Amino acid sequence: MRLGRLLIALTSFVLVSLPAFALQPPTGQSEFVPVESLPPGDQLPAAPLLVTAYAFVWIAVVVYLWSIWRRLNKVEDEMRALAQKAPRR
Amino acid sequence: MRKAFGPIAVLAGVMLVGAPIMVARAPYESTMGLVQKIFYFHVPSWFAMFTAIGVCGGASLVHLFRNNPRADRIAEAAGEVAVLFGLMGLVTGPLWGRKAWGVWWQWDAKLTIALLLEMTFISGILVRKYGGPGSDKLAAAVGIFGLAVTPFVYEAVNIWRTIHPLTSVVPTLPASMGAPFWFCVAAFMLLMVLLLMVRVNLGKRQAALDELYLAYED
Repeated sequence: MRLGRLLIALTSFVLVSLPAFALQPPTGQSEFVPVESLPPGDQLPAAPLLVTAYAFVWIAVVVYLWSIWRRLNKVEDEMRALAQKAPRR
Repeated sequence: MRKAFGPIAVLAGVMLVGAPIMVARAPYESTMGLVQKIFYFHVPSWFAMFTAIGVCGGASLVHLFRNNPRADRIAEAAGEVAVLFGLMGLVTGPLWGRKAWGVWWQWDAKLTIALLLEMTFISGILVRKYGGPGSDKLAAAVGIFGLAVTPFVYEAVNIWRTIHPLTSVVPTLPASMGAPFWFCVAAFMLLMVLLLMVRVNLGKRQAALDELYLAYED
C-alpha cells in the first residue's frame, strides 16, 4: 500500500516536472562582442525627428493664433454685450 | 502699422512655404547627416525669441519708468511671443539632440539656462494673470530681468564647456548652408513680427473693453 502511494507520488512528480524541463529557454549568450558602430537596422532614423520638429513649429503657431482669435472673440462679445446694456440705463 | 500687416503676412506666408524647399536642397552635414536640418528652424526660433525679448525688455523699461500703457501692451505681447518661440527651440532642440548626442536632454549650462529663460517669461505671463493690481510693473521687472539674462544664454557655449555646438558655427557656415539658414531666419523674424502685431491688437481691444467697463460703472 505504502509502495503504491510512493509510486503514484514519484510518477506524478516526473509527469509534472517533464513539461518544466521541456519549456526551458535556449542557452544564454556566453560572451559579448564589441563593435565600433551600430548596424544600420538598429540606428535611430532621423527623418521622423526632423518631420516632428517642423510639424511642432507649425502646430505651435496655429495653436497660438487660435488662442488669440478665441480671446479676441471673447473681448468683442463682451463689448457687444456692454453696448447693448448701455442704452437701457 | 495696420497697413503693413497685409504685405508682411503675405511675405511671411511665402517665405514659410519656401523655407522647407530651401532646407531640403541644403547639403547634409558630414557628421550628423539628415537630422542636422533641424538647425534651420531651431536656431531661427531662438533668434526670434531673443528679438521678442529685446522688444519686451525695451517696452518694459519704458513702462516701468514712464508708466506708459501702450508700452505695457507691447511688453505683454512680446513676452508671450517670446515664450512661443522659446518653446519651439526647447522642443526642436531635444529632437535634434536625441539623434546627435543620443540623449533628449543634458543638464549642461547652455540647455539649463535656456530653460530658465523660458521659465522666466512664463512667470511673467503668470504674474500678469494672477498678480492682481500692480502686476504690470512686476511683469515689466521680470521682462527686464529676462533681457539681462539673454546674452548669457547666447554666450553660454563660449563661457562654459557644454555639448551644444558653439556660436562660431553660424558665422562660418558655407554659402550652401548659409543661404537657407538666413532665409529661415528672415521667415521666422517676419512670423514673429506678424504674431506680435496680432497680439498687440488683442491687447488694444482688451484695453478698450476695460475703458468701456469703467465708463459703464461711472
